[in-house]
Amino acid sequence: MTCYSLFSQTDQFVTFTFFFFTAQVFKLLIDLKEQRKDGGKSKHSAGQQNLNTIMYETLKYLSKTPSSRQSPEIVKEFLTTMMPHKLTKAEKLQLLNHRPQTAVEIQLMVEESEERLSEEQIEELIQTISDHLPGDPEQEKAAAETDEGGGQS
Amino acid sequence: MFVLVEMVDTVRIPPWNFDRQLNEAMAEELNKKLANKVVYNVGLCICLYDITKLEDSYIFPGDGASHTKVHFRYVVFHPFLDEILTGKIKYCSQEGVHVTMGFFDDILIPPESLQQPAKFDEAEQVWVWEYETDEGGHDLYMDQGEEIRFRVADQVFVDTSPTGPAVAASDAPAQAGQATAPPAEASEGKKEAPYTLIGTICESGLGLLSWWNS
Repeated sequence: MTCYSLFSQTDQFVTFTFFFFTAQVFKLLIDLKEQRKDGGKSKHSAGQQNLNTIMYETLKYLSKTPSSRQSPEIVKEFLTTMMPHKLTKAEKLQLLNHRPQTAVEIQLMVEESEERLSEEQIEELIQTISDHLPGDPEQEKAAAETDEGGGQS
Repeated sequence: MFVLVEMVDTVRIPPWNFDRQLNEAMAEELNKKLANKVVYNVGLCICLYDITKLEDSYIFPGDGASHTKVHFRYVVFHPFLDEILTGKIKYCSQEGVHVTMGFFDDILIPPESLQQPAKFDEAEQVWVWEYETDEGGHDLYMDQGEEIRFRVADQVFVDTSPTGPAVAASDAPAQAGQATAPPAEASEGKKEAPYTLIGTICESGLGLLSWWNS
């Protein structure tokens, strides 16, 4: 998929505002898709092909991530529960995006986790994530069938 | 992974779209212009989030269309440095492992950022992690289509906007005493990606998901 660089130096932009939660992007794309379904002719016109392509591919990617199962309430509740752990916004964002289930993954996403979190705190974090963020229903079914607990010590 | 970028631009609405709601016509034009395109130093634009301000519309002599300055916010794919992302291996080459996320393709993990020691298997065109345990060596292949978790180490923006024609090639007669400059680049064939992510998997927990799952 080729992407084209656009805009000469004359167009001006303001800087980035903030990290946008992936769950919000997923919801936005789903809503937009619904809207365009009723749009009829316009979505097939030549100019809209790019939008169709990027929406399709992004939705395809995001639907396989934990963000697709996170409603705004779930995200808000999760962030509130996370407050005592004093994680940065970037770290919380990654926990939401990846839903880590092992200590190794937590260490990747939280900087200097060995110094900031004890082993019990990491376990607690994994438990909180598991409780508050919905997992992949297919994966959980498979895990239940093979009767193996997730995660490595 | 995604950011919201505030942008300002002038949108041209042709007369045959005057019957539509201004906001809708704006949204369509903005998406037509930006969706699935890389903006230099910003990122890959996904879709419009909202329009924050619409200034007055003007019609200029000789052009029946209206021109409106719009302030809007656009959803852009722009991972932050050190962010962890998951993708699929597209293919391997001498340059490294090429990863794709479906909507974004130009992700490269160079050989020095692979789990070491790594070697490139020429026959199968795959990179291999020569994992050593006490029991002996264990080759882990980085096959096409495998899911891979990597960290964003760097990002490269290349301005691929059209430049002027290259300096005249040898068919133009050279004047006496004047050196003919060679054409700028034999660039017709190769298109450079406007936005590339450089990744690394040189850490515990990174690399193929299958390496770390029980």
